[in-house]
Amino acid sequence: MERPPQDAEERQPVTKKEITADNPTWCPGCGDFSVLSIYYKLIQKRNIPHENVTTVAGIGCSSRFPYFVQAHGVHYIHGRALSFASGLSLSRPDLHVFTFGGDGDAFSIGGNHFVHTARKNVKMTYVVMDNFVYGLTKKQTSPTSPIGFKSKTDNWGAFDQPINPMKLAISAGATFVARTSHTNPKHLLEMMEAAMDHDGFSFIECLSECTEFFAGAFDNSNPRKGGEFKLMPEDHDPTDEASAYALAGEDFPGRFGIFYQIQRSTKNALEASVIESAQDKFQGKPDSEVLQATFNRMK
Amino acid sequence: MSETTVSEANNGSHSQASNISEVTIRLAGNSQDGIQSIGGFLARLAGRSEREVMTMMTIPSTISGGASIFQVRLGSGEVLSPGDKADVLFAFYQHSYDNHVNNLAKDGMLVYDSDHVEPHEEWLTKYRHIGIPISSLTVEAIGGTARDKGKNLYALGLIGRMFSLDTAKLERLINERFGGKGESIVKTAMDAFQAGYRYHSDDISNLFRLAQGGAERSNQVVMSGNEAIGYGLIAAGVRFGAGYPITPWSDIMELLRRELPKYGGSFIQCEDEIASVSMAIGASYGGHVGVTGSSGPGISLKTEAIGWAVMAEIPLVVIDVQRGGPSTGLPTDVEQSDLNIALYGGHGDSPRVVLAASDVEDCFYTAIEAVNIARKYSVPVFLLSDQAIATRIEAFNEPDLKTICKDVELDLSPVASHKPYDLSSGDGLSQHRAPGTRIEDGRYPVVTGLEHDESGHPSGDAVNHIAMTKKRRNKLKTLADELPVPEVCGPDSGDVLLVGWGSTKGPLLEAVEQLTNEGYTLSSMHIKHINPLPTSLEDILPRFKSVYIVEMNDGGVYGYGQLAGVLRARYADSRIKGINKTAARRWKVSEIIERVKARLEEETAAA
Repeated sequence: MERPPQDAEERQPVTKKEITADNPTWCPGCGDFSVLSIYYKLIQKRNIPHENVTTVAGIGCSSRFPYFVQAHGVHYIHGRALSFASGLSLSRPDLHVFTFGGDGDAFSIGGNHFVHTARKNVKMTYVVMDNFVYGLTKKQTSPTSPIGFKSKTDNWGAFDQPINPMKLAISAGATFVARTSHTNPKHLLEMMEAAMDHDGFSFIECLSECTEFFAGAFDNSNPRKGGEFKLMPEDHDPTDEASAYALAGEDFPGRFGIFYQIQRSTKNALEASVIESAQDKFQGKPDSEVLQATFNRMK
Repeated sequence: MSETTVSEANNGSHSQASNISEVTIRLAGNSQDGIQSIGGFLARLAGRSEREVMTMMTIPSTISGGASIFQVRLGSGEVLSPGDKADVLFAFYQHSYDNHVNNLAKDGMLVYDSDHVEPHEEWLTKYRHIGIPISSLTVEAIGGTARDKGKNLYALGLIGRMFSLDTAKLERLINERFGGKGESIVKTAMDAFQAGYRYHSDDISNLFRLAQGGAERSNQVVMSGNEAIGYGLIAAGVRFGAGYPITPWSDIMELLRRELPKYGGSFIQCEDEIASVSMAIGASYGGHVGVTGSSGPGISLKTEAIGWAVMAEIPLVVIDVQRGGPSTGLPTDVEQSDLNIALYGGHGDSPRVVLAASDVEDCFYTAIEAVNIARKYSVPVFLLSDQAIATRIEAFNEPDLKTICKDVELDLSPVASHKPYDLSSGDGLSQHRAPGTRIEDGRYPVVTGLEHDESGHPSGDAVNHIAMTKKRRNKLKTLADELPVPEVCGPDSGDVLLVGWGSTKGPLLEAVEQLTNEGYTLSSMHIKHINPLPTSLEDILPRFKSVYIVEMNDGGVYGYGQLAGVLRARYADSRIKGINKTAARRWKVSEIIERVKARLEEETAAA
């Protein structure tokens, strides 16, 4: 596969104005605004060349994200953003792909892809803006809705066991698993940077309040609302899977920070090594000659 | 088996070899017997001997132990179909004998393994029977360590003797096939083959000699339809694909997984069909043409994503190796019943391109065409194949790879400005710009499944929706003008036109040839570009009194099949009628002939 050369030209970091597109269609007070502004900040701080900023999303309120970023972007179908982003990441290793979505996209319709993208360790950053509710369709139960949450599909209160995204990611084989909240932008940026630096599938669950359909859901994790933003214990070893899993099991609002991080070969690297050894034998011969060699064996 | 010379003296031998122009051999056994590999050897031998070959293989849907057959038709002229009836049947077991005798031609020859088969009285007089204790003679030849192993090569030796085949070439093929597995394996294989070849019986020695074909066939390659699609995609510059295992598509995905790394590419096995099509689309967005494929239910699962690629105008190639449906259907049997899903699968108005390959060689070239169309028109392209060509092995003239092969470079050159859905051209075409492309005016594209304006921003405006719907449709109109008009074989006007698509091409041509020899006047036409239909096709149909669409799908509630439905809708011509078959087997030439005759009689009676 062609590897385009990195832009050698020294350029000024993109400005916030340059990276800002349409006015977001989110409701006033939506947590997603905070994630968007931190994404702008990340792009500027890390000096990502404007043309290489690539934002992928599925369907949902939060998946409107790419429209609000003035950069190459994709608004794909519901639940399959990770698969799309995997195809992009694997065929274009020169890009760092950012994928955004909500809890329905990630853990309900796209649950299968979440598990397999994690275990394959496809290099990209995935931020799930978890609001515990279906917002775009106006208040139905989501896979992370807590038991007792009254929605239009559970008038009497949700009773299905919610998914614990940290546990799911750890057990699926994700190599970077972190949790943050829209109410703590500094922490959010810290997590985004760590995720971007991680060589592999880096997953962040960002609590992002839906002020319209589940207001106050995350107050007990917000010091300004009388809650506590509880960081990981100082002695937590993020390579310790068992302790990461145990911390993920703490009662809501639980912990914030990097639960789990290990180094394991990315799918990108493993595929590249297959390519390298396959091409070694042909010593730079043109493709037509490689195919001719195969055809010669079919005579 | 058509004999050109009755016999010729063969000095020093009791037997006389008849010169024949073609022969159809059916081998019937179990799937673990390596029946297919005998077929493969014969096909390759024919490819190296200036002969045409066409083979048919059926594989059982069970994992192992099921019945398996391979039919190979070798000819010195042009071989169009795998042959209706076998001239020679090799029956390895009682069930092979019982189930396949009715596929033997009148006066056909039956070679059976007398260790396993007890011939029936009533068939002894009808067919020439030759019993050979194949199992025990194989054990004798190679030692008793591997029961049943090597029988296929022993049988290949017998066939070599019967048809005076070039043993030196066959031995070279065996060496090539087993060479990588160690000396003792090669020796065992060669022992079995030579023992079969040396089997002494006046019954089988040098019975026939296949005539040599013309020299123009000297440079041939031999492969299956699935292989031809895989290599066609590679030749066209496809460097990324994704898929999920399903029969009979899996061969293509296995081939691409194995081969693409040599060209710097990858093929990814995904967790499901939806992930596969999505990954392929993701790679297309990245600037390569991504490919996915499937069969049966897998195609149903991909339809939402294909609709996205239509809407977002991202190139994509979808290979559909059709099998019997609906639902899980008939996984290892042939049917052409996916035309409708290829054309219409998905919600909303979603125009896409649909091509159908007609034989193994055509699989190679149609795969290339599919990629080129996807690239140029930024649209999903379906390539329909079917079970009848997927596993069939054919020899065809070697393609000139130097001129065909595309080294497609990723184009990330900066542009001054870019509208992903530019309406200005009027032909519907617009070009995708992959991430990494610098847009100098700072207005970057979002590609999306929401209805959008020219720059990709969501728009629910009615005028805009009309304009964009027209754009997506106009691309196909532009393409239709560039497509070649299908050739009419036979008189270009007259009483009857038989129209086919996909794998019906060979049997249809043979049927027309035979009917013409019987004094009928009729023509045939094969449609490869089904959506859009080539411009000017509308001039051809009215030139015939009756138009019959021959296809392997159901005639439906109103008496015409899927392509017939398309043509009736397009040309508003009620003379277009269907000749359909859903027996999960390919069309036999004789069936087409019978059905056409019956139809003509009906029409005459009605008139």
